[in-house]
Amino acid sequence: MTLPNDLFQFFGLLGALLLLARPFGTFMSRVYNGERTILSPILTPCENLFYRICGVDRTDEMSWQRYALAMLLFNLVFFLTLLGMLLAQPVLPFNPQGLPDLSWPLALNTAVSFITNTNWQNYSGESTLSYFTQVVGLTVHNFVSAASGMAIVIALIRGFVRRTTATIGNFWVDLTRSVLYILLPLSLVAAVFLVSQGAIQNFSDYKTVPLTQSLSYDKPKLNAMGSPMLDQAGKPLTEKAIAKEATIPMGPVASQEAIKELGTNGGGFFNANSAHPFENPTPLSNFMEILLILLIPAALTRTFGVMVGNPRQGRALLGVMLFLFIAAFAVLHWSELASTPMLHHLGLIGGNLEGKELRFGLLGSNMFSVATTATSCGAVTAMHDSLTPLGGLVPLSLILLGEIIFGGVGSGLYTMLAFAIIAVFVSGLMIGRTPEYLGKKIEVREMWMSIVIILISGIVVLISSGLAMITPSATASMANPGAHGLSEVLYAFASMANNNGSAFTGLTGNTNFYNLLGALAMLIGRYVPAIAVLAMAGGLAEKKYVSPSLGTLPTDQFPFAFWLTIVILIVGALTFFPALALGPIVEHLSMTGVN
Amino acid sequence: MKELKPAILMCLLFTILCGGLYPALVTGIAQTIFPRQANGSLITDANGQAVGSALIGQPFSAPHYFWPRPSATADFSYNPMASGGSNLGPTNPAFLNTVAERIADLRATGVTDPIPADLVLASASGLDPHISLEAARLQIPRIALARNLSEDAVADIMAIHTEGRLLGLLGEPRVNVLLLNRALDFKR
Repeated sequence: MTLPNDLFQFFGLLGALLLLARPFGTFMSRVYNGERTILSPILTPCENLFYRICGVDRTDEMSWQRYALAMLLFNLVFFLTLLGMLLAQPVLPFNPQGLPDLSWPLALNTAVSFITNTNWQNYSGESTLSYFTQVVGLTVHNFVSAASGMAIVIALIRGFVRRTTATIGNFWVDLTRSVLYILLPLSLVAAVFLVSQGAIQNFSDYKTVPLTQSLSYDKPKLNAMGSPMLDQAGKPLTEKAIAKEATIPMGPVASQEAIKELGTNGGGFFNANSAHPFENPTPLSNFMEILLILLIPAALTRTFGVMVGNPRQGRALLGVMLFLFIAAFAVLHWSELASTPMLHHLGLIGGNLEGKELRFGLLGSNMFSVATTATSCGAVTAMHDSLTPLGGLVPLSLILLGEIIFGGVGSGLYTMLAFAIIAVFVSGLMIGRTPEYLGKKIEVREMWMSIVIILISGIVVLISSGLAMITPSATASMANPGAHGLSEVLYAFASMANNNGSAFTGLTGNTNFYNLLGALAMLIGRYVPAIAVLAMAGGLAEKKYVSPSLGTLPTDQFPFAFWLTIVILIVGALTFFPALALGPIVEHLSMTGVN
Repeated sequence: MKELKPAILMCLLFTILCGGLYPALVTGIAQTIFPRQANGSLITDANGQAVGSALIGQPFSAPHYFWPRPSATADFSYNPMASGGSNLGPTNPAFLNTVAERIADLRATGVTDPIPADLVLASASGLDPHISLEAARLQIPRIALARNLSEDAVADIMAIHTEGRLLGLLGEPRVNVLLLNRALDFKR
């Protein structure tokens, strides 16, 4: 917990990320362009087999409408299979604990959550889902929802690259290549590494072990229906019990953990997510998981630069991301180190460790929290509900900005490109020229689509949170009183509408209100921007290339990166400042006022 | 609906590949190269019976054992079937009262030094197997007294079960409470 060590580790992480992102981004551009790569000798036959079985012609170019239709149909088929799996869990195999089926609102929420790359979890994995559901259902969704996002951003990049054509690529080809060449090989290596650190990977029964010291505790009394019995004052009735043994859950964890981070999915095998020692056993595994979360989103800026023929264009976007990432981390880390006046008053030393694992300490936990919410990952090693007010403001703001600081695999870069278009347009208005980006004129259609991409999630967040505030059954779900309770609700809808999936977990999300409204928020937050991106890609591909002139704003240099940062912060602040002021900011002010 | 056929077939193929072959391959490699880790890093007693996992903490409250961090798991603390944190906000009065009670319990055992935060603040998983070196040192006098050992003897056993930072950098220096307590029992 010394400052030089903290700085060394944080910048070591960024250094490692940049070192890996460059070659990996180039590799991805070759994959999507159909060029030969180091993996081709093994994987090309496999890829061809896929196309032959599915009747896909790899040279069959699609219009944006066909591309979008293919993407939606593919997601729909996966949604229906997962929903069926969750509802039929008891009759399916690999269910050693005999876990029952899920209620339909929970099954609906969960299925939507995993196809939209959100992985919001209103259930606790170890006591709800069988091995079959975890592996054949969720692990597969982790791959395909990530691959869908990657395909969409590649289609958008093609829109910039191509000239006067009606097509943007073939969805099936982009999808297959994302999984075969990028996600599967990396997941395999990462999963084996995680096992070496102590992450578990088996299909055994849960293991019951005797406790070294048995423990007496108050056990809640349950009625015949299995719900807790209350006394006349409304408090739960308890009886004395002694715990002599503990049941340790098992399962194929590492294989899911790897793709969960790499695909910025975030759905944990266990309730505690990546804080669980079986998911994230050591400080080294924690470091690697953070790298995995950031790798593809960071590398995609390189892929973008290479594909549009000017790597500096990608570097400008990466620079904006890095700057905002460092700023966010600095605020969070400072706030958690400083802890709260109340804890100081109680005589505690060592920062705010509530909801954090000791092996990662403040630094490892804070780096993970920033990485998981800057991207659309949503895995957690620290419980965000227990962060200090300003500390909790950081992940919430990162999500509300639309997850563009690295962002989700694919979705982060396409949202960032929408911001770049807005920035180009606004600066174009200021200097009185027709705005251009990457040689394409920015006109009404691009502006409409960019605005939809950027504002839709904000609209969903604010309306849903407002609805929750006037619905008594929804406010009853809050675990903490006052301003912190509002933060919980705001965070929940921000997380779902932006497809993040992390939570202020105190909120009881498994109610009809949150299951159903949340599912709707996730669907709108994922597919409306995705379709808008493809519509924009189709429009851009049809345009002629305009050579840069004296009046063109260079978008690969520092002034543009600076301008883009300002645009992002202004749009974010205008949309969300009032809501943030009522939640974390009020909590912070009242907390320091106590002092 | 030309795209419906590939949608269904791709769904099938990806399920076989990512939901069947991939986890099977990882399981095969893991069970061959790292069988101990892949099966939960279980620790066994003299008879070869599993008595816990080196990665999953257990509850201790007796004076002759090192106490772990508080745990917010449902039913009883350190219940591995209900991993999770307290999710209490830092300004919640219920949270502050709980922490104050835990501090009072520690003070009642004769502790006068400032208290390391990890010893009274609950972990994220509720299963955190570690405490900080400061949190362990604070407890040595109580344990030495209860076990009729010298404080140096307890400190020596603690030193054996101390893990430092990886390469002097990553993570926090820490002690595994379950392993340490079993070592204390073994010495007796």
